[in-house]
Amino acid sequence: MSRTTARSVLLPVLGVVGVLVIWTVISETVTKELPSPLKTWQESRRYVLEPFFKDGEMNQGIGRLAFYSLVRVGKGFLLALAIGTPLGFLLGLSRSFHQSFDPIVQFLRPISPLAWLPLGLVIFQKSEPAAIFTIALCAMWPTVINTAVGVRSISQDYLNVGRVLKLSRFKMLTKIIIPASLPYVFTGYRLSLGLAWLVIVASEMLTGTPGVGGFLWQEYNSLVYSHILLSVITIGAIGFTLDRVMGFVEARVRAV
Amino acid sequence: MAFLEVRGVRKAFVTPRGTTDVLGGVDLALEDGEFVAVVGYSGSGKTTLVNLVAGLLTADAGEIVLDGERVSGPGPERGIVFQQYSLLPWMTVHENVALAVDAVNPGLPSRDRRRITDELVDLVNLTPAAWKRPRELSGGMRQRVAVARGLAMQPKLLLMDEPFSALDALTRATLQDELLRIWGERRTTVILITNDVDEAILLADRIYPMTPGPAATLGPAIEVGLPRPRQRRHMSLTPAYQKARQALVEFLKSSVTKPPARLGPQVA
Ligand SMILES: Nc1ncnc2c1ncn2[C@@H]1O[C@H](COP(=O)(O)OP(=O)(O)OP(=O)(O)O)[C@@H](O)[C@H]1O
Ligand SMILES: [Mg+2]
Repeated sequence: MSRTTARSVLLPVLGVVGVLVIWTVISETVTKELPSPLKTWQESRRYVLEPFFKDGEMNQGIGRLAFYSLVRVGKGFLLALAIGTPLGFLLGLSRSFHQSFDPIVQFLRPISPLAWLPLGLVIFQKSEPAAIFTIALCAMWPTVINTAVGVRSISQDYLNVGRVLKLSRFKMLTKIIIPASLPYVFTGYRLSLGLAWLVIVASEMLTGTPGVGGFLWQEYNSLVYSHILLSVITIGAIGFTLDRVMGFVEARVRAV
Repeated sequence: MAFLEVRGVRKAFVTPRGTTDVLGGVDLALEDGEFVAVVGYSGSGKTTLVNLVAGLLTADAGEIVLDGERVSGPGPERGIVFQQYSLLPWMTVHENVALAVDAVNPGLPSRDRRRITDELVDLVNLTPAAWKRPRELSGGMRQRVAVARGLAMQPKLLLMDEPFSALDALTRATLQDELLRIWGERRTTVILITNDVDEAILLADRIYPMTPGPAATLGPAIEVGLPRPRQRRHMSLTPAYQKARQALVEFLKSSVTKPPARLGPQVA
């Protein structure tokens, strides 16, 4: 192993060890309620080592819980893309569409998932569709905005090629506009996925649906604090992985 | 009336920081099958003229008539080889050319369109690189793709905007020879924009010098009395070559009232 790769492995490990030490110290001194890393591990090992056990609706291995959350996020994310991508293209392509709807987009964008969820419950009367509705509504904005920016920043040179060839609207879209804006669109997708994963915890907490977020809230209510930490770590690890995977996809799109 | 007539064309760009008067009444006439060059200093307005003839820009005054039809917008009958190539980076060499072939031959069976594309790629000697994307190509190869795409439009008039100026001298000479060969085979009507006096004389039947801007105009056309087919070797020693060169350089020099921003590499 070369010096630089040794460093790039060693230093992150050092960082993790450092955080564990600080966590231990805090749990021993300032907040005695906070379980130490060791206690967290001892009380969570069954959830991690048998990730797919199921004792009841709310007592399941962390892998199973994560799977529920991932499926829910997946549905919300796909819905966000299905709505956000065409919306972004319309905003980028049509000046009048942009003038009519951009203010609404800017208005809806900063609304928190906590505000959408009750509305979703009112509309759908069921927690599962309400959660997906909330995820989609919160996660789609980066896709909308990046797509619109991507379309508007297409080089005039490329558009001129299409103009000289007198391409039909359809060919202009499929041969030039979509491929040219694809890198922006995928950046939007990556950011949207990150947001969808952020929203999942809140939506599961409020709806009480089984998943990592739902589990976290339930364990807080039953005072099993080590499981809160287990959930937090799981949420972080999955979020990190999702971002890496989308980052990889994005890089592949950019490379074309 | 000539095949292409450009009459009194003016163009100014209005920007928040002021108005740039680029073309101040350009006149140019071209017969079918002719190869004409426009030579001028950098920034004088050559690309602006190309964009006007292509229909990508509209003139403030004057008119452009090609084959009896007034130019009012872009179209493949005025094919263009862009100065910055403008190849689509997400398409291979073959796909870039095919885009143009498909656009101008919508009625043809796909097998025939494919054959035309193959022939064009071959014409510019790119068959071995047909499945590469533009970023995997050298500058000279990119330029060849741009030429193939321009020819693929089967244009009545091919506009070539400084096609070789971004290339090194050796590659440039090779591509000039290739262009001579291709033009010998196809006899497309061409307007070649260049800042290289020798390139213009080697390739063109007639050369228009452009005065440096602002409000650039074209000087009187200089006939190149060299017979075709032309060979680069020994050509520069012939009296016809010397005569054309002298006339061109003299006009370009005398048209400079103040020093231009940048001289083209071989002018003066
Ligand atoms: N879209 C535009 N807006 C404002 N000014 C412009 C625009 N396009 C060109 N100009 C100005 O017009 C002048 C001529 O530009 P043009 O690109 O036609 O020159 P050129 O002769 O092609 O130069 P080069 O040999 O360097 O390619 C320049 O001063 C340029 O700054
Ligand atoms: Mg130019």
